[in-house]
Amino acid sequence: MFHGFDYKAITDNLSYLLIDGLGFTLRLTLMAAIGATALGSLVAVMELSRNRLVSGIAVGYVNLTRALPLLLVIFWFYFLIPWVWQWVTGADRPTPVGAFLSALITFTLFEAAYYAEIVRAGIQSLGRGQMGAAEALGLRYPQVLAYVILPQALRNMLPVLLMQTIILFQDTSLVYVLSITDFLGAASKIANRDFRLIELYSFAAVVYLVISATLSAFVRRLQSRIAIVR
Amino acid sequence: MIDYQNVCKWYGDFNVLKSCSTHVNKGEVVVVCGPSGSGKSTLIQCANGLTPFQKGTITVDGVSVGDRHTNLPKLRARVGMVFQHFELFPHLTVIANLRLAQEKVLGRDKASATEKGMALLERVGLAAHATKYPGQLSGGQQQRVAIARALAMNPVAMLFDEPTSALDPEMINEVLDVMTSLAADGMTMMVVTHEMGFARRVADRVVFMDAGEIVEDTTTEAFFREPESERARQFLSKILQH
Repeated sequence: MFHGFDYKAITDNLSYLLIDGLGFTLRLTLMAAIGATALGSLVAVMELSRNRLVSGIAVGYVNLTRALPLLLVIFWFYFLIPWVWQWVTGADRPTPVGAFLSALITFTLFEAAYYAEIVRAGIQSLGRGQMGAAEALGLRYPQVLAYVILPQALRNMLPVLLMQTIILFQDTSLVYVLSITDFLGAASKIANRDFRLIELYSFAAVVYLVISATLSAFVRRLQSRIAIVR
Repeated sequence: MIDYQNVCKWYGDFNVLKSCSTHVNKGEVVVVCGPSGSGKSTLIQCANGLTPFQKGTITVDGVSVGDRHTNLPKLRARVGMVFQHFELFPHLTVIANLRLAQEKVLGRDKASATEKGMALLERVGLAAHATKYPGQLSGGQQQRVAIARALAMNPVAMLFDEPTSALDPEMINEVLDVMTSLAADGMTMMVVTHEMGFARRVADRVVFMDAGEIVEDTTTEAFFREPESERARQFLSKILQH
């Protein structure tokens, strides 16, 4: 079946594929996941605020973001961010911020909406009692969140947050539409240059599969281990 | 120490507290009792502002709870509260539960917070469990930790909101013993409970509530000898006949 399957097309380009390409993808995934967890936690806390304006802004952000196709946002931001940057810094002309930074900002902002809904569910699963107990000890609201509520909410939601990160990992492949050399971009470039489309796309599929499946298995094991004893 | 003046509270249209007035003097133990849904827990939760009320005033150690300018966190740090469901922080060890507010609210350093925490765990008989997580303890043990956690803040008064209602019967006494010894040390205490034996032995006064009203507010002796109101008499006969 694999008659004519040219493994050399892959092995000859391994360092480009894995170090340049996969390295970019993993860095982007990791940094966007960290950024989105932080921003998502903030948005979740805002969503639950008693202040109508604050919760309105957060809910609006989540709903708007989740209503837009990711591919559109990637394109849109790539062209928008230089203009915003110009406006912020007062530069003479739009400043290109680079493919990595543009992608990182896009994915952080986009994924934050999804992480926020997960964190919000985590906070709400705790019930009023923990909040009341922490407040009764004299902790101020930000301290209650930082030391009592968010550590529990994030821990309870860790498996779901990691599953969302696996989705983020796969979604980062969409940046190849900006001609960025992420993992899929690298595979695609070699494929077209050497005319080895089957080999390179198959390799890409296998790598995505192995990484995603490994992470999923890890999440399943984690799920049973971190459950807080009650 | 704690003074309620004509406190009213509504949940929407539902009037939970109807012009409640009572007080707890320094060093006094006041038990609040009454049928379910009578507003006992709401009354006690108003005392440190965990539940807002709409009318009337509550002053705690000279500070008005309902005043918008009152620094509630500061007030709460001085009033200990123990909950029906313990509400220990499950992600922290027992000693870390005792340390958290000492460090973050009172600004004690880790060593002195640990020392204070260990001394209190010793007092409630749980020093050996300091590094365990709350989930590894029994209900009675968790509630004793919760009492120690509140005491770690050196409170001027303690509020107990049905501290034994969620416990298995065989664990109730270990918690009541801790509370009794606390009362013997002169702690100012307001206790919502159904434990009439405890009330009889330890309380100085009993406040009886029904349907959001304080129906009776009298000395423990008078309350158990002959309650003035028909409602209190009925309540007692139901609770004491077995």
